[in-house]
Amino acid sequence: MSSKPAHPIRSYPAFLWKAAGVATDGNAAFYAWMTALTAIFLVGVHAYAQQFAHGLAITAMSDHVSWGMYIGNFTFAVGLAAGAVMMVIPAYLYNDHEMHDVVIVGEILAISAIVVSLAFVNVDLGRLDHAWHLMPVVGRFNWPISMLTWDVVVLSGYLFLNLHVVGYLLYTRYRGAVPDPRWYVPFVFLSILWAVSIHTVTAFLYSGLGGRPFWNTAILAPRFIASAFVTGPAFIVLALQVVRRLTSFHVGDGPILTLLSVLRVTVLLNLFLVGSEVFTELYSGGSHTASARYLYFGLHGHHALVPWIWSAIAMNIAAAVIFLSASPKTQLWGIDVACVLSLCGIWIEKGLGLIVPGFVPSTLHELIEYLPNEIEWKVTLGIWALGLLVFTVGLKLAVTIFTGRMRAEEA
Amino acid sequence: MDELTRRAALKTGGATLGAAAFARALAPLTEWEENVSVDSFLQKHYKEMNKLEMSVVLARLETEALEEHGVAVSISDPRPTPGVSFAYALNLSVCIGCRKCAVACHEENNHDRATNNSYIRVLEMKKGGIDLEQGRTDYKHPVPDDDHFYMPVQCHQCDNAPCVKVCPVEATWKEADGIVVVDYNWCIGCRYCEAACPYHARRFNWQKPEIPAEEINPDQAYLSNRIRPQGVMEKCTFCLHRTRNGRMPACLEACPTGARVFGNLEDPNSEIRWVLENKRVFVLKEDVGTRPRFFYFFDE
Repeated sequence: MSSKPAHPIRSYPAFLWKAAGVATDGNAAFYAWMTALTAIFLVGVHAYAQQFAHGLAITAMSDHVSWGMYIGNFTFAVGLAAGAVMMVIPAYLYNDHEMHDVVIVGEILAISAIVVSLAFVNVDLGRLDHAWHLMPVVGRFNWPISMLTWDVVVLSGYLFLNLHVVGYLLYTRYRGAVPDPRWYVPFVFLSILWAVSIHTVTAFLYSGLGGRPFWNTAILAPRFIASAFVTGPAFIVLALQVVRRLTSFHVGDGPILTLLSVLRVTVLLNLFLVGSEVFTELYSGGSHTASARYLYFGLHGHHALVPWIWSAIAMNIAAAVIFLSASPKTQLWGIDVACVLSLCGIWIEKGLGLIVPGFVPSTLHELIEYLPNEIEWKVTLGIWALGLLVFTVGLKLAVTIFTGRMRAEEA
Repeated sequence: MDELTRRAALKTGGATLGAAAFARALAPLTEWEENVSVDSFLQKHYKEMNKLEMSVVLARLETEALEEHGVAVSISDPRPTPGVSFAYALNLSVCIGCRKCAVACHEENNHDRATNNSYIRVLEMKKGGIDLEQGRTDYKHPVPDDDHFYMPVQCHQCDNAPCVKVCPVEATWKEADGIVVVDYNWCIGCRYCEAACPYHARRFNWQKPEIPAEEINPDQAYLSNRIRPQGVMEKCTFCLHRTRNGRMPACLEACPTGARVFGNLEDPNSEIRWVLENKRVFVLKEDVGTRPRFFYFFDE
């Protein structure tokens, strides 16, 4: 091994070139996975191109339910990005060394999930060609009054923080140098606070609307954070299981057990907050609670969301039971199942189950229902495929560099 | 062939196939009908344009209307008059729920024909309370029905407007005469304002509005009834192309019972002032703190 690290600037083009090679090279399973994801992504691109040309009229949204599948998925993806911080906190605040070795997985998840959430906002815009109006200085950025401008600031900030940390660590390791804490630790600590801010601001986006009683509740931000701290760790546990089965990268049991103890708390906290909300809505009654009644039991013969939300509750409860009872030593597969269940449950709860009832009944109490149509499903799957592509490439790069199989030529 | 060249060949083949598939996936974009010239893409915000720039934009929009809809229209940009502050009041005792106001709005404001869009929704309400949950908009029987009263709802032009607050790009704002307007060429179509409005007053152009040429109202204004582009928000503007030129809103003129009263709050002799001073008026959802300029009242 070279004692002198490669030049920090001159070796960058070669780094990018080799990274592109690593991203597109692998065994048959890797090619099959990437080809499948690309195909799904292209199906989404095709559906979006139709939507762009013919307008959002070809979705199932309407003036009554004017946000749907896209904004639901946006909300869930922001939670996933924020939840990734549950690896960063043990690794950096509690100096958990085993977690520190794999924390990059969480940071790559944060990047991928932000890419997904930004994609969902963009496909929801009626005028993508006007999106430049959102840029500070060139456009007219209604900051600090509009919560959406806050979301632009925190989401792009979180993306840049994580890109910097991941990029710096990977490039330094590639050069054969030791990462200088001054160049990344302050950004890591900032990203911890920032992670909480992205999901809080996203909750404020909805809870600040006085005309929508279903969202206009102080419990929304805490609920967002609680569910984010379930989905983030759950996704990472699954990712770590895959990494340690399919690659030579060493992932100990420690990080998985740490995430499991986080999950054992947050999964219950999330259920408790849901329960508090359900009680308040259903016990008091009145027209302000019509949306909750619609969501959980249906209203005046309309009950499109009832099977969805009860499936979500069932999955969340089942996940909680497994997390709390399964022994991680002998029943790790059980933990995997619970992770999948809680991801699916919260995807419904923080997706359709959160956005759609805000509009049903409408502010004039008209009952027009909504379920996503084929176009929205295709675009949605396409965006998640894109997210998994980004995540896979990021992980592959990290594993290749961390196992020393991609490094700079000796200086 | 050795392993490396075989891989390179496979990769090149894969990349070529991928690029072809990508181009095929994007093919529907060619069906986009919006007229987006460089000038319209780079057009400045309404408040940042001077008189000359605005006249150029108005001329361009008139040309586009001629090209796209085959009609010669005149698009003006009437500004608020100092000393004028508009308000609207609606007499619930005489409204019979005939929806003539909604139809007049549909025609005056060049709404999409197929969706039958209008800025006015008329609620049929159970007598004995003002409970929106008991109201319905889809009634089909002859009106008025004895057990009900009728409540048309349109933009309340709130002084504390949630829609204006939430807009991330300041594409919607309140003018000096109290009217909340939208710059259709600045709106990004995020629909946050539509979620924020407690009165369901905002509409989105889910597709490009379609109106037969002979039905297009050629008397248009930049901030009100010009034919909207696809993918942007729109709303009631108290017919500012009429009211800023001394006329009454189309919905008022169409009302057969005289239920609607519109005028200048700053004119002490106006009918609207008389109604606000002498009738027991109320505003819808006063508890959400929006401070509407649209009032309801009963005669008895």
